[in-house]
Amino acid sequence: MQHHLNDEYLMDYAAGSASQPLSLLVATHLALCPECRAKVAAYEALGGALLDSAAPSAVAPDLLQSVLDRLDEPTAPESRIRRQPQVFDETTRRLIPEPLRSHLGASLDALAWSSIGRGVHQVELDIGGAEGFKTRFYRIRGGCGVPQHTHDGSELTLVLGGSFSDGIGRFGRGDVSIADGDVVHQPIADPGDDCYCLAITDGPLKLTGPVGRFLNIFMRY
Amino acid sequence: MSAQVCEELLVAVGRNRDRDAFAALFAHFAPRLKTYLVRIGAGGEMADEVVQEAMLVVWRRAETFDPSQASASTWIFTIARNKRIDALRRVRRPQIDPEDPALVPDAPKAADEAMADSQRADAVKRVLTTLPEEQASLLRQAYFEDKSHSTIAAESDLPLGTVKSRIRLALDKLRQGLQKESI
Repeated sequence: MQHHLNDEYLMDYAAGSASQPLSLLVATHLALCPECRAKVAAYEALGGALLDSAAPSAVAPDLLQSVLDRLDEPTAPESRIRRQPQVFDETTRRLIPEPLRSHLGASLDALAWSSIGRGVHQVELDIGGAEGFKTRFYRIRGGCGVPQHTHDGSELTLVLGGSFSDGIGRFGRGDVSIADGDVVHQPIADPGDDCYCLAITDGPLKLTGPVGRFLNIFMRY
Repeated sequence: MSAQVCEELLVAVGRNRDRDAFAALFAHFAPRLKTYLVRIGAGGEMADEVVQEAMLVVWRRAETFDPSQASASTWIFTIARNKRIDALRRVRRPQIDPEDPALVPDAPKAADEAMADSQRADAVKRVLTTLPEEQASLLRQAYFEDKSHSTIAAESDLPLGTVKSRIRLALDKLRQGLQKESI
């Protein structure tokens, strides 16, 4: 994998301040990228240290007792992600990791695709808590490209299958392309397999400026 | 309470359903979780409610706690973070499924990264106290006030690049401090 997420996105995700669409893109990249997963673990360790050093605040005096009283409550089995393996075909299970798979909700062939140009289809995903963001999933036939589009903010694109190239480089499975609103780039899917990608655009706030490199804290010291 | 002690308590909860160990963890973490939740925008009653929910998850999932993956405080931080996102945004936080066959697994840990997570947690905590207030406050905003880098930039009227470089300074300082600790 060549193109990773910038550290500010990883830190926002670890801290819990990333928007819902950005969290979906980050988490799906993490499923494919052990390197960024390790960075998120380091940023979470920073969160743990901040929690541990926080000044204590008084909780309700009976809070401990009410928690103790509930320890033996039977709980509904809490599966972190509801698995519905029967819903997805083999290709979808192989190409699309969680959490994106559950958000798509159906196999690649069964999605409600709409055509937006020669060889290009999209589905708009509706994820909550996402004012100002658009979350789209694309299927681009080899040799075809997303029609040039403009937006005020930035666009992050994560490749799940196939690959595409633009003026900046070649992006394959797991790679993330980050384009500022003022960067004009037109990704073209490379010949061969269909290219599947998840793209989010932000509206009200600009997501990113020039790429800043944060040092890898905690992993190697 | 040292990270080692927290780890032992959490392991005792996971292995033996040890209620005394749980009460000791509660005494240490519940008031700190409350500070975290209040600062991040949960009102007093709601904060207590989320503290309670988070501590119940600690009890129920303690057997899945793996000290080789994270320190106890880090593990509890991630639980509280997810609980408050669920509670405040009313949506599930998107996260990986470690059991997913499509997940690309980790490479084995290199021997030189084998410093225990509990030792590392204490080191991070010590170094945090040496940060200049301006940098520490930036980290608290990022983690305790639900502010993404772009939100911090917008609210403080700074270019995003400036926010990023200030956070980078803080992280550099942490990294240097940790290097000294590990010598």
